[in-house]
Amino acid sequence: MPTDIEVATREGSPELPGVRSAGLRLRWLLGGLAVVVVAALAGIALGPVGLPPQSVAVELLNLLPGVHLNSGLNEREIAIITQLRLPRVALGLLVGAMLALAGGCYQGVFRNPLADPYLLGVAAGAGLGATVAIALRGQPGVGPAVPLYAFVGALGAVALTYLLGAAGGRDRSTSTLILAGIAISSFLAAVQTYLLQRYSDTIREVYSWLLGQLATDGWSDVRMILPYAVITAIVVLALRRELDVLSVGDAEAGSLGLHPARSRLILVIAASLATAAAVAVSGLIGFVGIIVPHVVRLLTGSSYRAILPLSMLYGGAFLVLADLVARTVSAPVELPIGVVTAFLGAPFFVLVLRTTRSVRM
Amino acid sequence: MLALSQVTVVLDGVTIVEDVELTVASGEWVTIIGPNGAGKSTLLRAISGELPYRGSVVIDGDEAGSLKRRERARRVATVAQSPIVPAGMTVLDYALLGRTPHIPVLGRESAADLAAVWDVLGRLDLKRFAGRALPTLSGGERQRVFLARALAQAAPLLLLDEPTSALDVGHQQEVLELVDALRHDHALTVLTTMHDLSAAGEYADRLVLLDRGRRVADGTPPEVLTEQLLSQHYCARLRVIPGEHGPLVVPIRSTPPAAGDRAGPSGSSPRG
Repeated sequence: MPTDIEVATREGSPELPGVRSAGLRLRWLLGGLAVVVVAALAGIALGPVGLPPQSVAVELLNLLPGVHLNSGLNEREIAIITQLRLPRVALGLLVGAMLALAGGCYQGVFRNPLADPYLLGVAAGAGLGATVAIALRGQPGVGPAVPLYAFVGALGAVALTYLLGAAGGRDRSTSTLILAGIAISSFLAAVQTYLLQRYSDTIREVYSWLLGQLATDGWSDVRMILPYAVITAIVVLALRRELDVLSVGDAEAGSLGLHPARSRLILVIAASLATAAAVAVSGLIGFVGIIVPHVVRLLTGSSYRAILPLSMLYGGAFLVLADLVARTVSAPVELPIGVVTAFLGAPFFVLVLRTTRSVRM
Repeated sequence: MLALSQVTVVLDGVTIVEDVELTVASGEWVTIIGPNGAGKSTLLRAISGELPYRGSVVIDGDEAGSLKRRERARRVATVAQSPIVPAGMTVLDYALLGRTPHIPVLGRESAADLAAVWDVLGRLDLKRFAGRALPTLSGGERQRVFLARALAQAAPLLLLDEPTSALDVGHQQEVLELVDALRHDHALTVLTTMHDLSAAGEYADRLVLLDRGRRVADGTPPEVLTEQLLSQHYCARLRVIPGEHGPLVVPIRSTPPAAGDRAGPSGSSPRG
């Protein structure tokens, strides 16, 4: 992924040295990486068992091949790092990065500031999938895997949305697609409500899944989501310049040599894949996908060449910190992470809105 | 440079443009005129590849339909009637979009692309606006920015759909003079649509009159801008006056003004 991130260091014209073309600025990239490192260290060091951050840093270095340093931690503490907290932080970084990337991507594809990763029915589809899986199994822990059902449900919902949107004829406008997403979401939500009524003993479990969690079982969730994260990041970041071109409209983009419908389809598939994978392992975590890209946009400008890679970094860091709050603030009980993201995200977003001039799409 | 033969455009079962023949020689400026709904913009959009058509559009020796989009974009640059203005985008970044067909699909702009854009911005007196966001510019400045994007594309054929419709007479003149100067300096071929018939006659080498999708006249401005042709196809009462470069078209009121209309405020301030 980092190889795909380019850094804008070009100078402007001799007369106007301050004016440069939009792109990823080195200071924002370094800032984003620093935030990720700080969030990861905090996420690993803090918890019921406090660990000194410098020892955590040393242990993380020890994971690199050929590095053997003495951190002063005992076996149990090292196990807490490598088997409990590190996988959880890694999952948080991946899920946050995917949701923020998908949200930014949808906002660009649909030229709509309200677009979030759940726009095309991913949430309703995943919710229905999870409900079916939980209702189908007789006892807890036996029966179909919730993540698999959620994943299939999420992708199925987006596919339905796309088919329904395309049925509108040749003119596959973005608003047709958004309306189709609303229709599919309502339909699937209705089916889900019906199932919940029929299998009311599953409500609690479904509800807790819907609110999102990063509870991990070792590295299995990370392994499941990683391939989708890598594929999506490569595809979306490779096409981020096309998103800038699409912002002038399909007709202009076409006259500049693009295939707008094709670019949009590729981007929607990639973003939906990432969202489905993220939802499958973590439930529905709201706010990250819509707030993080907007904060990045307010800070750095309207070019998707900067927004998309930075959204990944800040989205990942934000979710790790939210998870830290979720599991420590009322320990040993964990708050649903979706509650924390909204609780922290909304005031922060208002602050950013107040201190910058306007939302520039 | 551009040759259309039997071009027909059908949208939703309605024939908008029918059997149009049109040639534009290299370096020529041809303006399409015609009443509202005559199919001027539709024809332009078909040539630019935005709309499907029947018939043949040959651009620089190649059938347009056989060209890849990027290749077509290197040959034809288009400025739409009212382009979408992306809110946060700066003038420099907008003009840089014009380099898209020259930038590798997954690549980034090179120093040469940037140099080309700075050159165009300088040519259009836009350098001082380079860092400004598009929505903060006036209509005339914005129209120059749209032109800058199209020129950055470095395509020999420039299609302009109503380039002056949103501008006052001074800015209209400025933009048309600019296009004319650029045409000579960069050996551009220009095909535009226009409503202002006098301005169309002033600047174009040749006029093509469309009415209900068909080409009804094609020739030099004095040949096309005749009272007979215009009154027939525009359903308007017009007077054509010989001008310095081309005929000037003046609309004439069909009924003589009633006595009260010129009498001042008494007629326009009803009591009550």
